Amino acid sequence: MINKIVSSVTDAVAGIHDGATVMIGGFGPAGMPAELIDALIAQGARDLTIVNNNAGNGETGLAALLKARRVRKILCSFPRQVDSHVFDALYRAGEIELELVPQGNLAERIRAGGAGIGAFFTPTGYGTQLAEGKETRSIDGRGYVLEYPIRADYALIKAERADRWGNLVYRKTARNFSPVMASAAKCTVVEVNELVELGALDPEAIVTPGVYVRRIVQVRRSSVPRQRAEAVA
Amino acid sequence: MNKLNRDQMAARVARDIPEGACVNLGIGLPTLVANHLPKGREILLHSENGLLGMGPAPAAGKEDYDLINAGKQPVTLLPGGSYFHQADSFGMMRGGHLDFCVLGAFQVSAQGDLANWHTGEPDAIPAVGGAMDLAIGAKNVFVMMEHLTKRGESKIVEHCTYPLTGVRCVSRIYTDLAVLDVTAAGLKVLELIPGLSFEELSRITGVRLIGPVEPVLA
Repeated sequence: MINKIVSSVTDAVAGIHDGATVMIGGFGPAGMPAELIDALIAQGARDLTIVNNNAGNGETGLAALLKARRVRKILCSFPRQVDSHVFDALYRAGEIELELVPQGNLAERIRAGGAGIGAFFTPTGYGTQLAEGKETRSIDGRGYVLEYPIRADYALIKAERADRWGNLVYRKTARNFSPVMASAAKCTVVEVNELVELGALDPEAIVTPGVYVRRIVQVRRSSVPRQRAEAVA
Repeated sequence: MNKLNRDQMAARVARDIPEGACVNLGIGLPTLVANHLPKGREILLHSENGLLGMGPAPAAGKEDYDLINAGKQPVTLLPGGSYFHQADSFGMMRGGHLDFCVLGAFQVSAQGDLANWHTGEPDAIPAVGGAMDLAIGAKNVFVMMEHLTKRGESKIVEHCTYPLTGVRCVSRIYTDLAVLDVTAAGLKVLELIPGLSFEELSRITGVRLIGPVEPVLA
């Protein structure tokens, strides 16, 4: 019987090794798998390459992982935030490597990684600093930049409901990067609010088919998140 | 000469967005446009983080931080709205499905190059987000910005000196002094604020402009 449910966040992040590439879902705090990140910090893996849209807010979640000096490199589109002081300090001190990726490229490179695409041409960034050193091509009179896929050892994502096969549905804009990250990692780990019986999820509405998911752990949300995560602590 | 304030600029931009349009409003100044879209005109607001049909901010106490906009502020979803993931969201942008995007800028060049993501300061923490995708994807890119910097320099320039966001991507520029179209023949002045002559605007801007026009912008 297929059962991808594990009983603790500790079990969920077991085996994430030093030097691993880890994708982390979330757009700012929305959809960020905070409990899995905390478990990763506790687990001790270091020298990580992280893929996320941002580089952490405040002192919790991804910012805490950076502050614990576990991250060698981050691929993201928007590290600078009002409260990105943890990243800012590491960056200015030369203690973290940044690959700045336009958000659409980040999403499409991850999608390509999961979809077996070798490389693709995009008009985004053509003629800008972020295309420097990259191959370009004119196609139908328009400039394009060659971009390569991003794949990971692990993806840590957050969803709303899962069954034991790993089929997932999400909650509102907490969805964001998680479905594409789920496809692009060798081992996708998801924290979910609710576990349901097989067959309970409407097959027309499953956003991430279970084939992409390896480990599921339930982390119940006590209520609708009425405040930004770090404001609560 | 009374320069337009931010709300007046936003209202002017909103007037040019027709019923049924799909629109992305960039973070910062452009978000004000949402407050001035005429009531009863159905417009679909797209947010890069995966929603179409974005509604206004919720009432105090009703915020849901799983439902946020690109600036990470809580919003609502209108009836008919939908959620999708990031690759689909940017496919919508890059694939030319958004009719308009409204962006802020540091500079716009006479050919319509846009610079709005990096000040060029060596010590700046860089960040780009969805700006480059929006700049090349939307069918019409509107820039909404003050005409001059705080030091009185024109933000419309012959060639951008700040790092570029996109090349030849801007369609129209809305400032606190004028509305200008980017055309193959150069920057064409559509409207000026009352009390400002075309000659004075040309002098302030420092770039060849096509005109003159009747002052109707208010």
